[in-house]
Amino acid sequence: MSKANLLDRRAVVSHLLKDRNGAIAVGGLGASTYDIAAAGDDDRNFYLWGAMGGAVMIGLGLALAQPELPVIVITGDGEMLMGLGSIATVGAQKPANLSIVVLDNEAYGETGGQVSHTAASVDLVGVAKACGIADSRAITTMAEVEAFALSLKEASRGPRFANVKIDGANLERVLSNRDGTSIVNRLRGSLGYQPI
Amino acid sequence: MHARTETASDSQPAWPEEIFSTLQRFDVRQVPYVPDAGHSQLIDRVLGSSTMRGIPLTTEEEGIALLLGAWAGGQRGVLLMQSSGVGNCINMLSLTQIFRFPFLTLVTMRGEWGEFNPWQVPMGSNTQAAFELCGVKVLRATHPEEVREVVEAGAAQAYNASTPTAVLLSQRLIGAKVFVK
Repeated sequence: MSKANLLDRRAVVSHLLKDRNGAIAVGGLGASTYDIAAAGDDDRNFYLWGAMGGAVMIGLGLALAQPELPVIVITGDGEMLMGLGSIATVGAQKPANLSIVVLDNEAYGETGGQVSHTAASVDLVGVAKACGIADSRAITTMAEVEAFALSLKEASRGPRFANVKIDGANLERVLSNRDGTSIVNRLRGSLGYQPI
Repeated sequence: MHARTETASDSQPAWPEEIFSTLQRFDVRQVPYVPDAGHSQLIDRVLGSSTMRGIPLTTEEEGIALLLGAWAGGQRGVLLMQSSGVGNCINMLSLTQIFRFPFLTLVTMRGEWGEFNPWQVPMGSNTQAAFELCGVKVLRATHPEEVREVVEAGAAQAYNASTPTAVLLSQRLIGAKVFVK
C-alpha cells in the first residue's frame, strides 16, 4: 500500500516540531504519539494512548486556556474521523493559536492496516473548510511541510488545518511516557502551574 | 408535580443563578455544553459572562476532552449536558481516571418524574449507574433549596480533591417537559 512520492511521517513531524517556540504538541493515540516521541521528548508534549477522537478537543481546551502559545494537534486520519464533530466545534470557536495536522495514510495502521474513509471518499480538507477553518490545506511535499511549519509557531492567524498524505509504512514504535498524571503535571509545571 | 412549557417565562427559578454564582466563585472559565432546556437559563448566563467561555459541542464526549485540555492549560471548566448525553461519554470518561484532573459535570435529568417521552427513559434510568461504573461520583439535587449546597459540594470535591463528580439535577426540580400539539 506504500506509494512512491508520499511523505515519511517521522520526517514530517520532526520538521513541524523543530524550533517549536514553546509550542504545545498533542499527539493522537498510536503512531502520531510515537512520531512526536521520536521527534524528541519535551515537557510540552501531550501524549495520548487512548481517548480516540479526543485529540482535537484536548488541543482546543489548551488553546483557549493559553491563547499566547501555539498549540499543535498531530493525529491520524482514523482518530480524526472518530472526532469529526470536533472540527465543527473548533470552526465555531476559531482559536487563533490552534493548528491541526492530520497524518493521513488512509488506513488504521495500528490495527492491521484496514483502509479508512479517507481512502474511499472523505476529503478532510473539505470538511475543515466547510466547518469554517479558512486556512485548510492539503500537503503533499516537504516544501509545503516546511512552509506550514513556520506558520505553526505563531499564536495568531489560526485556526489552521493541514492534511498531510504520508506513506503507509509501519515504523518501529517509539514509546512515550504513558502515565497520564505525569504527562499532565509535567506540562502544567512547564506553564507555571502546580499539582493540586 | 409541576410542569414547564416551552413558553413559560413568568417566573424564572433562582437555582440556575445560584449555580452560576458558585461556578464564578470556583473560577470556572470554560463551559462546554450540549444544550438542554433545563440548562437554558444557566447557558444564557455563561454566554453573557466576561469571565466564562461557553463552548457549544456537537456531542457530549467532546466536553470531557476539552476540560482535560483546559486543565492542562491552567483553567477549570464544567460540562453541561442532559442525561441522554451521558451515554455518549463513556470511553472519554477514561480521561478522568488516567489524568486525575478536576472533572465536574452538571446533568439535567430526563426520563424520570412524569416523563412523557419514552425515548428518554432508558438512558435516564441508567445515568447514575453509568457514571459510577466509570468511576465518577454522583450527587443529586431534587429540590430548589438544596441546589446551591449540592453544586458547591460537587465543585469542592472536583476542584479541590480532583474527584470526578457529576451533579444530577432532577427532573422533579426542572419540571417535566410538556408536549403540546
